[in-house]
Amino acid sequence: MKGIALRLEGLTKHFGRVVALQALDLDVRAGEMVAFLGPSGCGKTTTLLMIAGIYQPTAGAIYFADRRVDHLHPRDRDVGMVFQSYALYPHLTIFENIAFPLRLKGLRGNELASKVRQSAELLGIAHLLERRPGQVSGGQQQRAALARALVKEPQVLLLDEPLSNLDAQIRLQARGEIRRLQLDLGVTSVLVTHDQAEALAMADRVAVFSLGELQQFASPDELYTRPANTFVAGFVGHPPMNLIRGTFADGAFTSNGLKIPVPFRLPPAGGGTLGMRPEDLVVGGPIRGRVVVVEPLGRQVLVTVDAAGSTLTMLTNVRPSVGETVAVGVNSARLHLFDAGGRRVEAAA
Amino acid sequence: MPLLPPRWRLTLIVLAALCVPIASGVVWLFLTGTFDRVHGLIPVRSPSLDNWRFLWQSVGGRPPVHVAIVNSLVFAVLVASLEVVIASMAAYAISRMSFPGRRLYLGFVLVLHAFPAVSLIIAIFYILRLLGLFDTLTGVILVKAALELPLGIWLMKGFFDTLSWEMEMAALVDGMSRWRLFWKVAMPLVRPGLLALGTFALLSAWGEFILPYTLIVSSQRTLMSSYLQTFLTEGYSDFGMVAAVGVVYALPVVAIFLVGQRYLLNIYGGGVKG
Repeated sequence: MKGIALRLEGLTKHFGRVVALQALDLDVRAGEMVAFLGPSGCGKTTTLLMIAGIYQPTAGAIYFADRRVDHLHPRDRDVGMVFQSYALYPHLTIFENIAFPLRLKGLRGNELASKVRQSAELLGIAHLLERRPGQVSGGQQQRAALARALVKEPQVLLLDEPLSNLDAQIRLQARGEIRRLQLDLGVTSVLVTHDQAEALAMADRVAVFSLGELQQFASPDELYTRPANTFVAGFVGHPPMNLIRGTFADGAFTSNGLKIPVPFRLPPAGGGTLGMRPEDLVVGGPIRGRVVVVEPLGRQVLVTVDAAGSTLTMLTNVRPSVGETVAVGVNSARLHLFDAGGRRVEAAA
Repeated sequence: MPLLPPRWRLTLIVLAALCVPIASGVVWLFLTGTFDRVHGLIPVRSPSLDNWRFLWQSVGGRPPVHVAIVNSLVFAVLVASLEVVIASMAAYAISRMSFPGRRLYLGFVLVLHAFPAVSLIIAIFYILRLLGLFDTLTGVILVKAALELPLGIWLMKGFFDTLSWEMEMAALVDGMSRWRLFWKVAMPLVRPGLLALGTFALLSAWGEFILPYTLIVSSQRTLMSSYLQTFLTEGYSDFGMVAAVGVVYALPVVAIFLVGQRYLLNIYGGGVKG
């Protein structure tokens, strides 16, 4: 199985008057795994279904390597797909489910059986081939769906929320297995998920969507350390980043009574948003606040502080009590600045 | 079987009482057919086969009964087959595809379902005459199937609605055309619906009277319902034989029902579990 590059150009989808996806340009490298991340209704699944050929784009083009495919029927695109519900055929055995795409390609007899067996062994479900989907566990159904998607050695593997129907325990395991398999096979893959942990853990690069528009397309590290706008900043990271609206002036950020020193020159002075990740806030510093909520998370404690009308959450190793007044400090090297339109502003030293 | 709680006994007694008129009708049918003479539900003469002689000989210039039975079977089976196939296709389109006029069509189907078909009988008569299908089994089969379709479409739409979209998408991605998908994936999954509709259509066609009575005149093409009716119209009705014919007419219904009742229950249960 050899990965191919996948390119989307100005891809747009309207449903009646609803714009589900607005002019998306995206390049997926050969053999890369890309995650589409966003809340429901953001356009990520719509995009995936256009790549699969289920939806016709309203405008734009889809290329598999140099081949334009957006006008092709799904069967002529050579994609494998795993669905959230697995979408196995309940009236067929696991064997027949995996054999299904091969039979449609005209494969018969020994060649068919050996390919099905090979694929089932890869996924560790060779002993379940005679069962029906209803007679195996959710995790096994998921493997069968993956085997069905991979058995025809597709050019592109599409995964639509493949893990969200699994129990939390199996999910973590399946996450690693899918990634390992994808790397081994080198198949170009697109993973749609609303779970940022899944996206960050599995993908080489993550495309964050909101309201039908691409917000940022970058590596997991980049998304985390340099979010392109306030949406990405708030969406990626758990617990979420503190985002406070206010004004930048005279080397400080002010919001109501809250004043945070910002030790560098601020390009455009004026209104904007200051972002601080909970782990970049520390006990001991210039900000005074009253503790509102204390949530022990095991290794660390999540503390919610009311500071002059602004709510700050911080991850600390000390555990203050509710109602107590604490001093909060900021790791100013890790501040995120956004302009009035919510776009990231790089701080100049 | 667990014993019924006491408060259920009263309910059962009431229900049983309500069933008495229908049950006694069935008993009457059987007794009257079997005995020479019956007063109420009490046979007053010895049992005889005289009422059953229509089974082996023509009675009063009527065609032999097997002609009517075969005609009725052909009629019921063809009507049911047509109805199941066409209703499934229409229902799939309504349930799964978007096409111009879909909502209007849905509304029409609903209205047609509620429309009293008998009121169309004169128009149907003229149309069949025009098409040269009057007094043919083909004609009356087409008419019956058409009139039953709205119900079938609604019923099957309910079944198709329960199928998962993702499964259809999977089939498309796996390499199926929509047409093959319909036959190979969607139809097997609505099998309970097909069996239910098929059973329902068989019963309904077997029991149909007005259409064959009006649209078929040749005795060689008569159906069981019309055949039975001929025993009732001549000045003197031989109730013994009417009852015997009635038993013969009713037996297949009992058979179909025994086989098909669990499918019929699906009409209300609906859907497939994956």
